[in-house]
Amino acid sequence: MNALSPSPTIEKSGSAAPAPPLALLAELTHRCPLQCPYCSNPVELERSGAELDTATWKRVLEEAVGLGVLQVHFSGGEPTVRKDLADLVKHAAKLGCYTNLITSGVLLDPARLKELYDAGLDHVQLSFQDTDVESAERIGNLAGAQKRKMEIARQIREAGFPLTVNAVVHRHNLSRLEEMIQLALDLDAERLEVAHVQYYGWALKNRASLLPTREQLDNATSVVNEARVRLKGRLMIDYVIPDYYAKRPKSCMGGWGRQFLNISPAGKVLPCHAAESITGLEFDSVRDKPLGEIWRSSPAFQAYRGTDWMPETCRTCERKEIDWGGCRCQAFALTGKADAVDPACGLSPFHDEIFALAEREAGAAPPPFIYRRIGGA
Amino acid sequence: MTVITEENVPRLPRHVKFRFDQAREAWVVLAPEKVFMPDEIAVEILKRCDGDTTLKAIIDDLAKTFEAERDTVATDVVAMLQDLADKGIITT
Repeated sequence: MNALSPSPTIEKSGSAAPAPPLALLAELTHRCPLQCPYCSNPVELERSGAELDTATWKRVLEEAVGLGVLQVHFSGGEPTVRKDLADLVKHAAKLGCYTNLITSGVLLDPARLKELYDAGLDHVQLSFQDTDVESAERIGNLAGAQKRKMEIARQIREAGFPLTVNAVVHRHNLSRLEEMIQLALDLDAERLEVAHVQYYGWALKNRASLLPTREQLDNATSVVNEARVRLKGRLMIDYVIPDYYAKRPKSCMGGWGRQFLNISPAGKVLPCHAAESITGLEFDSVRDKPLGEIWRSSPAFQAYRGTDWMPETCRTCERKEIDWGGCRCQAFALTGKADAVDPACGLSPFHDEIFALAEREAGAAPPPFIYRRIGGA
Repeated sequence: MTVITEENVPRLPRHVKFRFDQAREAWVVLAPEKVFMPDEIAVEILKRCDGDTTLKAIIDDLAKTFEAERDTVATDVVAMLQDLADKGIITT
């Protein structure tokens, strides 16, 4: 914005300031000891030298809370590789935020957990790749990881944290979903997140290895439904289905630029963690602009906010303010156009062709994983 | 599994935060991956779940404050807290 701009900006009618965001995903780093082939990080990973420093993150947290952010999820990569993690948690907690750590756990130990507890961390979400040790360590490509995770899960509970077990599911581990539910109970977790892989970025590269058949998906859904009833009041189970087998798209991020913002390790502010896969969008950085200004008026946030950008099919759909047009990253990845109807929607002209292809992949032998690596795409 | 009765002393567990949000000018309940916007009645109930007061005393106070029939208040409050307990937002 040029202060000497000769013509004042005229706000068009109906472009009132967006509601405050609910949550911030703070991706502190892209460094990670695991290499899961469905990683939600972008295929072009940012290197450690580009990461924001402690002081900048603290300023960003202050700006986020000022903007209305209620929850901060410290994530990565693996956020525990950052030495200043407890310092940042403490800052966010002091500002009144709900603080959550999303971790693989393999770098944690009791001393670090105590430091985080004392800093005011509210909750830990620990990922498990599988219940079968060999399979789990093949997926994460890290020998010895499962034993570390089992130990750290107990230490997380001993430290006094509530625990969510996060299980990303796909064709290599879905047959052990009941064991995963039992593992969450054995570890005294309060919550289990069963999340089917969402196919963009690394996961899209590995789709033929990961996508389950419709039969595997249906079995998983009935296992979850049965467990939810049986374990009511003991274990909350959140379930995210793969929208490849849905008739209508998911309400991705609760709508673009409506509730959520993501800050990359280098400081780019994104409407979702996969948004950089849409080439042609430019993302503002917290290094250059205040977060509030970016949230309210950055072109990337404005591009698909609300319903004005929608194609005819979406604009005339009664669900337009329920699913908000689904997922822009998926539309771009599968059709080349970010403002196309999400192909997960049965109303997309690409729907049948793309999902018939995916279903054939799911029925064939899985090719080897393409592991997530810096510069390894 | 927690069963809510009038003898309980309901409280929010450490990992749940209940506070007034200046940006929205509203009370919010913050839990893992969830944000709840409690209505006015729920706010009055949650404010009283301080970890020291029995549910019996909370119901007495609500009935008195809002000049409502105690039995009706008791039914509504127990049902609401049971629902919150099932969601992990209230413990005893």
